[in-house]
Amino acid sequence: MEKTKKKSVLSLFSNQKYIVILVVILLAAIFMIASADFRKYTTFVTLLDMSYYYVLMGIGVAFPLITGGVDLSIGTGMVCYALVGGYLVRNAGVPVIVGILVALLFGIGIGALNGVLVAVMDLPAFLATLCTCMITRGLGSLLTFKSTVPWPTDKQPGGWFHTIFKITLANNTKIPLGFLWVIILTIIMAFVLKHTKFGRYVIAIGSNKEATILSGINVKFFHIMAYVVCGLFAGLAAIPYASAIPTIQPGTGAGVELDAIGGAIVGGVSATGGSGSIEGTFFGVYVICLLKVGLPFIGLQANWQQVITGAILIGTVMIDIVKKRRAVATGQAVA
Amino acid sequence: MGEEILRMEEIDKSFPGVHALDHVHFNLNRGEVHALMGENGAGKSTLMKVLTGIYSKDSGKIIYEGKEVEFHNTREAQDAGIVIVHQELNMVGDLTVAQNIFIGREFMSGIKINDRKMVEESKKLFDRLHIEINPTEKMSNLTVGKQQMCEIAKAISHECKVIIFDEPSAALTEKEIDDLFTIIRDLREQNMGIIYISHRMDEIKVITDRVTVMRDGTYVGTLITKDCTKDDIVKMMVGRVIYEQPKEKSLVPDDAPVVLKVDHLNAGKMVQDVSFELHKGEILGFSGLMGAGRTETARAVFGADPKQSGDIYINGKKVEINSPEDAVHHGIGYLSEDRKRYGVVVQKSITENSTLACLDDYISGIFINKAKEKEAAETYIKELDTKTPSADQLVVNLSGGNQQKIVIAKWLVKNCDILIFDEPTRGIDVGAKNEIYKLMNRLASEGKSIIMISSEMQEILRMSDRIVIMCEGKKTGELKIEEATQEKIMDKATRDIK
Repeated sequence: MEKTKKKSVLSLFSNQKYIVILVVILLAAIFMIASADFRKYTTFVTLLDMSYYYVLMGIGVAFPLITGGVDLSIGTGMVCYALVGGYLVRNAGVPVIVGILVALLFGIGIGALNGVLVAVMDLPAFLATLCTCMITRGLGSLLTFKSTVPWPTDKQPGGWFHTIFKITLANNTKIPLGFLWVIILTIIMAFVLKHTKFGRYVIAIGSNKEATILSGINVKFFHIMAYVVCGLFAGLAAIPYASAIPTIQPGTGAGVELDAIGGAIVGGVSATGGSGSIEGTFFGVYVICLLKVGLPFIGLQANWQQVITGAILIGTVMIDIVKKRRAVATGQAVA
Repeated sequence: MGEEILRMEEIDKSFPGVHALDHVHFNLNRGEVHALMGENGAGKSTLMKVLTGIYSKDSGKIIYEGKEVEFHNTREAQDAGIVIVHQELNMVGDLTVAQNIFIGREFMSGIKINDRKMVEESKKLFDRLHIEINPTEKMSNLTVGKQQMCEIAKAISHECKVIIFDEPSAALTEKEIDDLFTIIRDLREQNMGIIYISHRMDEIKVITDRVTVMRDGTYVGTLITKDCTKDDIVKMMVGRVIYEQPKEKSLVPDDAPVVLKVDHLNAGKMVQDVSFELHKGEILGFSGLMGAGRTETARAVFGADPKQSGDIYINGKKVEINSPEDAVHHGIGYLSEDRKRYGVVVQKSITENSTLACLDDYISGIFINKAKEKEAAETYIKELDTKTPSADQLVVNLSGGNQQKIVIAKWLVKNCDILIFDEPTRGIDVGAKNEIYKLMNRLASEGKSIIMISSEMQEILRMSDRIVIMCEGKKTGELKIEEATQEKIMDKATRDIK
């Protein structure tokens, strides 16, 4: 009896999901102890404000990652969708809701393109999405004639979409409502990954594609869908991005995807595919966001965030590899 | 034994250049375990692939439950009740046992997968098979034997009437094989038709009711297992006409020095306590069926795979070989059975491939001495009679036989005295084969010592001075060429060692 109990506690900590929650708490505690400014409510709101689009991208990219692929186009893609949507709102006078829908559809389209390139044309995911990364970066500039795009501010007409993420009360207290939405989306997508056919087959494709095909499953369709979902979430991420960044610059967004991918991997998504969780990704992304926001408060510049994130990533990937190697050594089948 | 459930008549199938199945017959009854036997390449797997719709047949009839059928893919065969348990397991390691069993046909409640029902149904399947496996366990945590049980559970969950086992015992332990047999007997009781493909003669005697033997894509005959002896089956398996004369006697003098001695080598499950000697100028044939551990032995000697124990002596001196680099240093060259993967860099020129293993000798200062490199390559092109317009030709543009010569050149440039040829003529046409044979004979007469692994009986008998036979990771015999016959070799290659 005692033995089983001990084992379950151990396995709790060998599960990356729980480790990463611990890391989030630990980081938050360190920054709060070290810096009085970090403890302020406004810092908390700022952190959450910038976290939404990272979390949404992280949730999306978890699906291609779990199939054993990746999507590098989500960063420049998100900026491209925000640019195009915003441009239509500003210059063509379409309602904000239409701008948002255009951004989502654009994201789904690029996702589908990625999916077809990877699942049907058999391009390596890295290569295919690197290409669409460049394409979306260029397209964003071209479609907006290289102009910067400001979405309506919250005082302007059409600025209602800011209230999706943040409500300002009469006494000027800000409620970060967006946090609720990302939590709800995390729960929904965690359910999709764990309890629907789509999620199950995404895991199966990443774990053993050949066996999945032989089980009579339409692997191409589900493989494409993984990228479509990722594209959709890049489109969704464009909304909080447009809300958080006052003026969107064409040609930016490269590198943002790496923070999202890094978050997913820190959160336990296997870099080689086959396993991972959305709730883990959620916390993993917050590790990255905490480092981004927190380190300047203890006197370390933003570049340190990149160095530390890189180091943490190496650590998590090594844990994954060592685990698999140990499984091989003890004679268990990994494939 | 019940009525007939399946009959295959006059099945014919050709691939470009190969007549894989030549009007083959096969029939199966309900409640019967029917063995399908034959050497490597006899056509057993092809026949089963035709049956389950993986290949389409060129002509012939498949009659199943009294009706003529034709399946276009495994799914159709499955739906009709014919399932195959593959030798390589088709499992998704990251999913649970239950999730694997019902993959592709999950129980749903709305859009949610009903995992609980899948677990319950899996439990029922395991009860029916009298085995204990936790359906919620992750597949990759199970042993190979347990994974195989899951494959069987998956098979019977299709409400199948015919199960094909393709060498199911290859990766199992003794205990697991016993469990497997219990299950197979159960299934037989349930009136299923079972096709059992295996090389293990003793298993055939224990578990099967009838044996059908195939050879070179043709049907040889069907025997009642209890009325026949192992010798009868072996005779049917090997009874082919030998077109080429076997070597009559060894060309190696009895007092030729031993250049390589391998003493009690152990490396994993596939190499158990293997000892042999190789004499100067000798061609030592390694015979055995697929999975006998011959390639594994060669790789362990060559340092490509780790070994647990055992000593290697070269020219009487004990040497440490822990990596291919060590082996090459001691003058051992290995010509892999999979040329494209391990033998040559196909997108590079003949010259670059020839000197790949010993680039150090072709360096002046920090640069590669191209002229010297080319000279060496051209010497060996001439010497081995390689057909190519120039030494700059990319290897990918050469024929299989000529590619093989490039691999040989690579090791000759390196001055290796011991050459291990692993299936040297696989995928090479007859004319080129003869050239490779001539070349090997010449190398041997010049004092090189050769280990030749081959699954072709004719090749073994034609080339070897001495033959080592392996079966399931163990050396089961050694024959001088003078005393070797197909029957003797096959007998040792199928011996089940307890």
